[in-house]
Amino acid sequence: MSETECKTSSPFDRRAFLSLSAAGFSAAWLTAQWPSMVSAATYGHAAVASPEPAKFEFFTPQEAAEVEAMASRIIPSDETPGAKEAGVVYFIDRALVTFAVDSQKDYREGIADVQSLVAEKFPGVKKFSAATPEQQDTILEALSNSKQKMTASRRNRPGSNSQPFFETLRYHTIAGFLIDPESDRRGNRDGVGWKVIGRDPGHMFQPPFGDLDKNYPGWQPVGAEKK
Amino acid sequence: MTPRVQYQTSDEVDFVIIGSGAAGGILARELSTNGFRVVVLEQGPYLREKDFSHDELKILAEDFLTNHPKLQPNTFRKTPDEKAKQQRAVVYGRAVGGTSNHFTANFWRFHEIDFIERGKVGPVPGSTLVDWPITYADLEPYYTKVEWEVGVSGLAGASPFDPPRSKPYPMPPLPVKSNGVLFEKAARKLGLNPFPAPMAILSQPRAGRSACMNCGFCLGFGCEVGAKSSSLASMIPIAEKTGRCEIRPNSYVHKIELDSRGRAVGAVYFDEKKNVHLQKAKAVIVSANGAETPRLLLLSASKQFPNGLANSSGLVGKNLMLNSGGISLGVFDEQLNDYKGFAVSRILHDFYELDPQKVGFYGGGGLDARFDMTPINFAAGGGLAPDAPRWGKKFKDTIAHNFTRTVEIFSHGTSLPKEDNSFSIDPDVKDAWGLPALRLTYKDHPDDIKLAKWLNEYGLQILDAAGAKQKWTYPIEEQQFAVHLLGTCRMGSDPKTSVINADHRTHDVKNLFLCDGSSFVTSGRGQPTMTIEALAFRAADRITDLAKRGEISA
Repeated sequence: MSETECKTSSPFDRRAFLSLSAAGFSAAWLTAQWPSMVSAATYGHAAVASPEPAKFEFFTPQEAAEVEAMASRIIPSDETPGAKEAGVVYFIDRALVTFAVDSQKDYREGIADVQSLVAEKFPGVKKFSAATPEQQDTILEALSNSKQKMTASRRNRPGSNSQPFFETLRYHTIAGFLIDPESDRRGNRDGVGWKVIGRDPGHMFQPPFGDLDKNYPGWQPVGAEKK
Repeated sequence: MTPRVQYQTSDEVDFVIIGSGAAGGILARELSTNGFRVVVLEQGPYLREKDFSHDELKILAEDFLTNHPKLQPNTFRKTPDEKAKQQRAVVYGRAVGGTSNHFTANFWRFHEIDFIERGKVGPVPGSTLVDWPITYADLEPYYTKVEWEVGVSGLAGASPFDPPRSKPYPMPPLPVKSNGVLFEKAARKLGLNPFPAPMAILSQPRAGRSACMNCGFCLGFGCEVGAKSSSLASMIPIAEKTGRCEIRPNSYVHKIELDSRGRAVGAVYFDEKKNVHLQKAKAVIVSANGAETPRLLLLSASKQFPNGLANSSGLVGKNLMLNSGGISLGVFDEQLNDYKGFAVSRILHDFYELDPQKVGFYGGGGLDARFDMTPINFAAGGGLAPDAPRWGKKFKDTIAHNFTRTVEIFSHGTSLPKEDNSFSIDPDVKDAWGLPALRLTYKDHPDDIKLAKWLNEYGLQILDAAGAKQKWTYPIEEQQFAVHLLGTCRMGSDPKTSVINADHRTHDVKNLFLCDGSSFVTSGRGQPTMTIEALAFRAADRITDLAKRGEISA
């Protein structure tokens, strides 16, 4: 399996969508493929709303700092908010005691592995969160290239312990960034993730929706539009 | 308001209907309105509009509305000589309303050709393609009934390829989206005939239901305002209002009970606590979908019917068709915001009927422009090009730019029936009730793959003509995941080559009827629900006639 193919082994990218897309079915719907992404509990809303830092249910404060640092390189904060501002670490913490309970070991071992890698590559640095952003990216680059063959079961089970830690972390980071902020899962705090991708916060819209349907005269029979 | 009726399992009702989806909901409404006493057994829960939400993880990933792979595992193999491996192989709605709760709502009528294609093109090697025992003209009044009574928005006469119709649509089309505008302009540039998509979503308030609020969480989600014309929103409330129809959720039917004469006496099911009951009825109608209907017949094997109930033809579960198709994507400079609203506003049918002599394969299909990805799915991979960055600042910049500027062109097409393509019961894997799991066996006919590639090329041409700044496509591969579940108890006149007759009555059991995607003889062009519903309205008429003439229970 080539390097490129390895990269596409994530269950959430094209390859998985593809094998299913021929069903004439939508990409959006295809998460139904992925049974491990079951529900996170719905009692996180208070934590999101609270100005106080929420208590972690799974992570130690040290682990939380490491995960937050990693998530912050996957979706960095720059002129716009990133994983940190969206509270992704709180989403993941809740996920690990709810829908992603099977991934607890992956995180525990994954964090330790990352720290070993940091110490090996950058002697003197012991924690991912203590490394410079450049060093952090070097580590994530190495992790994201880890070779694992795609199997049918793994393709169907993102976030499970049969896929590389990086893929689990990546998916959880994205989910924590872009989940419906009204869903009480502790992610997408204040809707910042939706703001970044340009999704308006509402759940009710009126046309025109975008640039092209503004002032559009509507469907005309063929020939009618020729003056 | 009429109080809701509740029957005892020992009450011999007129009909027990298994499944409350696109077909079951209509049959329940029609038969109860016609004066019959009806019990609908639905394996899933009775969810209401207030239970629906926009939580992607809950609705899509947790299978809140759909069959759950942990409770009901599936297996898959490509051909009958392989041993099937456990993997998720089918998705369908598992709640009152069935798959109609979460469908995209593309409501294309079949065209005349879909019923008579075998006669026209001749035999297709490697396929069991045959013609329907009914024609488009037989079904036309019922298509109209679906449009008016279930609720379809559209513009009659807009497509030069449309089959004849007796009435216009009851509502104007939904508003055009930006992807619809660019699709329409580009397709016209190519000399094609795009037109407003017929959609089973209300463009205007109707029958006490709201018009579409354009929330954008449509495909895969239940509608909180009842604008999507699901059976739950449109048919079931009317059935219940008759005072003669009981919808009984959490009732998982696993056997059709027979008497010594080989007549159905009712349906055996697990309730929520896994207690077993027999609901007695004068006749049984199975509308459990194209996967679960054949499975139920196979699970109902007995000494009288050792190969499965109503299976003297040996065709129960076979001739499965999933519809072929493909997806190409493009990114534009303009802010399209197609995440707002329903999925599809423009389609085209120029390729509905391709000439096999010219293109070198059998088939046909249609194209639509849409954006149906929710934010997480989009960013996690579904919406990104193969070479897009997967993390870091470039990844963030990509999703920030592309989410509001991406268009999908979907192609939808025929599947040729093959006897080897089937749903059957797995010899080893069991579900959470100890019943044999559904096993999918499927390998696309080579012509289906050729068609999908051919249509997808057109999708890319449309993106080019529309001025996409970047475009790519998902490769067309053999399918191993079933969404459209068609043909597995096909309709026909000859009991040796079909499972049900044109009245939806099984050839083998006089008071057993089947009506859903399993009844299909051909696959149509990729949007089957409209035809499932038209068949259900027609079946209700046929069954009512038979019952009134005393030809069911006699």
